Amino acid sequence: MHGTLFLEKRMKKLLKTVFVRTLPVMAGYLALGIGFGILAKSNGIGVLAVAAMSLFIYAGSMQFVAVGLFAGGASVLTLALTTLMVNARHLFYGISMIEPYKDMGKIKPYLIYGLTDETYALVCTGDVPEGFDKRRYSFFVTLFNHFYWVTGSVLGALIGSFITFDTTGIDFAMTALFITVFVEQWKSTNNHAPALIGVLSSVVCLLVFGADSFLIPAMLCICVLLLTGKNRIESREGRVNG
Amino acid sequence: MDNKTLLIGIAVVAFVTALLRFLPFLIFRGKKQTPKIMLYLGKVLPFAIMGMLVVFCFKNVSLVQAPHGIPELIAAVVVVLLHLWKKNTLLSITVGTICYMVCVQYAFV
Repeated sequence: MHGTLFLEKRMKKLLKTVFVRTLPVMAGYLALGIGFGILAKSNGIGVLAVAAMSLFIYAGSMQFVAVGLFAGGASVLTLALTTLMVNARHLFYGISMIEPYKDMGKIKPYLIYGLTDETYALVCTGDVPEGFDKRRYSFFVTLFNHFYWVTGSVLGALIGSFITFDTTGIDFAMTALFITVFVEQWKSTNNHAPALIGVLSSVVCLLVFGADSFLIPAMLCICVLLLTGKNRIESREGRVNG
Repeated sequence: MDNKTLLIGIAVVAFVTALLRFLPFLIFRGKKQTPKIMLYLGKVLPFAIMGMLVVFCFKNVSLVQAPHGIPELIAAVVVVLLHLWKKNTLLSITVGTICYMVCVQYAFV
């Protein structure tokens, strides 16, 4: 009796912590999701299909692109290749989560399935609140974010046209989330080479290849620089720690 | 667009997205010891990725056309400074976002 009460209390505490940590994502996903729902609806995609897209595809920017492709009658090959281009960055998340997600048991497939940019930002730091189980924490962060996104999309498709409050710019919440994680990571180490490689490669590739196609070259650049600089980066790490 | 085409379309996009997310895990499945090079990448990639994501968020900002990325710059500086000062994620994000919304809705229209 006492045991279950204790567990219930801990669970409540965990859910509360996860809720607070995912609040920024909630703001962003609801706003972007509503935007997506409105766009999809105006392109003739029904509420059920909108829900299915957010539930099964669950990749924000790609869903916006997909609406345009569906409406334009794109072929299966075009759809597959575009998805490959737009979502290739997810390969990166997988590579860096192999170790942290190693012992996740039954929930592992779902954690991988739901590994969006924002979920990645919240779990990649490996910073689980003190005293909480890593598995449960990761699971609920993933689940909550997924839920916000589906809810936002369905709301957008159902009542989007009734929203009169000007939400322009609310999607900056996502940018702000990434910036805070970047700042946290920057302060957590004296070895800034990886962070600088990430920023500089992306900026250079953005200038060279343009907004629509810079991600893949940027990823290649980052990989090449991190791998060729491995010895120097690791020796710096050693010096800092030692 | 008929339902069948839509359904196939959703399935294709969902499949490729999931494939990209699962691929690294599938490749290194079963190996008891993750290769050293992947451990190294796993350690340094998060720093590089977060830098890339921040740049990704600003990819459509034009420095040439008004408002020359000034709203983005103001809001980003607010987030960074507030975060260095108060170390409160929720606060930094909320104030930064409000700042940005005010900028794009009222100040730089």
